[in-house]
Amino acid sequence: MKDMTTDTAIIQVRNLTRDFDVGGKGRGKRVLRAVNDVSFDVAQGETLGVVGESGSGKSTIGRMLVGLLPATSGRIDLFGETITGDGGRRALSRVRHKLQFVFQDPHAAMNPRMRVSDVIAEPIDVRGGWSRKDRMDRVHELLETVGLARQFADRYPHEFSGGQRQRIVIARALALDPSFVVCDEAVAALDVSMQAQVINLLMDLQDKMGLSYLFIAHDLAVVRAVSTRIAVLYAGEIVEIAPKRALYEVPKHPYTKALLEAIPRPEAGVRQPPIRGEVPSLLNRPPGCTLCPRCPRAFDRCRVEAPKLREIEPGRSVACHLYED
Amino acid sequence: MLDVQNLSVDFRVDSGWIRSVSDVSFALPANSTLGIVGESGSGKSVTALSILRLHAARTTRMSGKIMFDGNDLLAMPERRLRDLRGRDIAMIFQDPMHSLNPVLTIGDQIGETLRIHQGLSATEARNRAVELLDMVRIPDAKSRVTEFPHRLSGGMRQRVMIAMAIACRPRLLIADEPTTALDVTVQAQILELLRELRQEIGMSVILISHDLGLVAEFSERVIVMYAGELVEDAPARTVFDTPQHPYSEGLLRAIPSPDEDVSRLYAIPGRIPDPGNRPPGCNFAPRCALAEPACHAAPPPLEAFAPGHFIRCPVRMKTTEPAE
Repeated sequence: MKDMTTDTAIIQVRNLTRDFDVGGKGRGKRVLRAVNDVSFDVAQGETLGVVGESGSGKSTIGRMLVGLLPATSGRIDLFGETITGDGGRRALSRVRHKLQFVFQDPHAAMNPRMRVSDVIAEPIDVRGGWSRKDRMDRVHELLETVGLARQFADRYPHEFSGGQRQRIVIARALALDPSFVVCDEAVAALDVSMQAQVINLLMDLQDKMGLSYLFIAHDLAVVRAVSTRIAVLYAGEIVEIAPKRALYEVPKHPYTKALLEAIPRPEAGVRQPPIRGEVPSLLNRPPGCTLCPRCPRAFDRCRVEAPKLREIEPGRSVACHLYED
Repeated sequence: MLDVQNLSVDFRVDSGWIRSVSDVSFALPANSTLGIVGESGSGKSVTALSILRLHAARTTRMSGKIMFDGNDLLAMPERRLRDLRGRDIAMIFQDPMHSLNPVLTIGDQIGETLRIHQGLSATEARNRAVELLDMVRIPDAKSRVTEFPHRLSGGMRQRVMIAMAIACRPRLLIADEPTTALDVTVQAQILELLRELRQEIGMSVILISHDLGLVAEFSERVIVMYAGELVEDAPARTVFDTPQHPYSEGLLRAIPSPDEDVSRLYAIPGRIPDPGNRPPGCNFAPRCALAEPACHAAPPPLEAFAPGHFIRCPVRMKTTEPAE
C-alpha cells in the first residue's frame, strides 16, 4: 500500500460540487445536486476505485476530472494545474494530453465507418505533427500493447467482439502516453471471461507505464481486483474512503456494509436481508444524513444533522455519526 | 412439469441457416428452480425464448420437444400456446423500461393480463392490480397504480414486470437476466422478492444469467451453456464447489472475488466461436488447457459424471473420480 500524502498526489480534488438545472425559472428554479462537496487525492501509479449505485454521482465526478464537464464549485488540480475556476480552461489545455477516458460501451465509443487504425490514431491526428510512417508504427505498437494483431489495423469496428473493441478503445486511450485514465464502467458490458482479460491488461499497463486510474464501477468484486484505495459514494457524497483491504474486510459505514452484503455469495448459505429502499431523489435531499431513510442503524441525530467525512484511522475516512465521539 | 428434449434452434442468415442452440435437454420439476448460465452467444436466452416460442417463425427452425404438462409446446397450435403464455408460463426480461408501455399506467398494464386470461372487468382488474403491487412490495400501491412507467425507478419497474408476470399465478416463471440492469442492493431485493413469491405462489423459476454466483445462490440446479450446447448440468452447489467441465471451472475462476486480494485475475484465453464458424470437435477445445487430439476431432457427448451430474468432457470423464 502506498503512503498517501499529498506530496505524491498527481490529482487533488477539493470540495467538488456539481449542480444540474432541472427546470423552472427564477425563484422556481429547481437544482439537482449530483455531486456534493467531494474531496480526494490520486497518487502516481495508484488506482482509486469509485463505487456507488446509479445516481451516486460517480460518472459525473469522472467527467469533471477529465474536463468534459465543468464543476459548479470546488477545485481540481491535475499535475499541478488548477483546471477549475478562472484560467481553468487554459490550464486544462496544457494537461489534456495526459488525460484519457475509457467508457462502458466500446461500440458507442467508435465511429463505425473508421478503420481501426484511424480510430486508434485519432488522438495523434488531433495533436498533429506526426509523419505518416511514425503514425502507422505507433498504431501497430499500440495494437501489440493491448494484445491485438497488427493486421487488425485495416479492419472496421464491427468485425470485433466486445472484448476486442474495448482493447481498441484502450489502445486509443494510450496513443499519447497519458498519465491518468478515467475508466467509467470500462468492463461492465463484457462477459466474465473477457472482463478478466481486460482487467489484467489494464493492470499490466499500469505496471509498465506508471498510469494512475480512477476506476468507476458498480461491481464491487471488480473494483477490489483493480484498486489501491476505494471511495464509496452515496447520493453524490463520499461516505467512506479507505485502502481496499481495510474497506472490504472491516467496512465501517452502514452503506458500505450494505453494498458488500448485497453481493451474491453462494458459499455463504443464509444471507442477510438486503437493505431496504433506493437512492433518494437528489432534488429533495433530506436535512440529515442522506442514507438515513434506509439505514438500519439510524438514530435521532441522523435525521437532523448531516455527518461530515472525518478520518477515523490513518488513511480511512467515514461520514457517519456512529463513528464520532 | 417442463421437459426439454433435444432442442435445437437454427436461425436464417444471408448465407443459409446457422445453428444457435444444439441438442439441449433438461427437465424442471414443479416448484423448483433452475439456473441457466453462459456468456453472450452461449444460447441461454434463445433456449428460454424457445419455451414460449417467441422467435420470429419465418426465420427460425426448431426441432426437438418441449413438453409442458405432457403437451409438446413446439407442436402446439399458436392459438393454444397464446392461452398458455402469461397464464401458465410467464417471462420477465432484463430491461423493464423496454418491456413496459410508456403511455399506459402500470395498473392498466397489469390489468391487461387479467382481463384477457381471467375475463375480469376493468374495476376488478384495477383492484387486483393494487393487490399485486402490494405483493411485489411496492409501497403505497393504491396511488402507484395510476402512475406511468417513467415515474418509477429501474427497481420499481422490474417489480411491476414481476407483478404482471405473476398476475395469473403461473406455474413457471422465466426470468432472463432480470437484475442485470439494476444496482447491487436492488438486485438483492429483487432476488429476495422472487424467492418469497416462489414460496407464496408455488411456481417454478428458470433464472438466466451470465453471473454464475447469482445463479448458484438462487437455484437448486444449474446448467452451463457454451456455444449453443449444454456443457454441464448439476446441482447448483456442485457446479459452484466442484465444477467438472473446464469451461464451468474457467468461468468460475474468472469471476473476481469480493473477499480476497489477487495480483492477477484468471482469464480464459481466446473467445467464444461464432455460431457460423464452430470448430469440428468440442466447441471449447481451442480454449481448453486439457484438450487432447480427440477433442479437436469429434464433438464429445454429454455423459453422466456422477448421479445427477452431467458433463460434456471426455477428458474429465476418464481422469477424474467423482468426489464422495
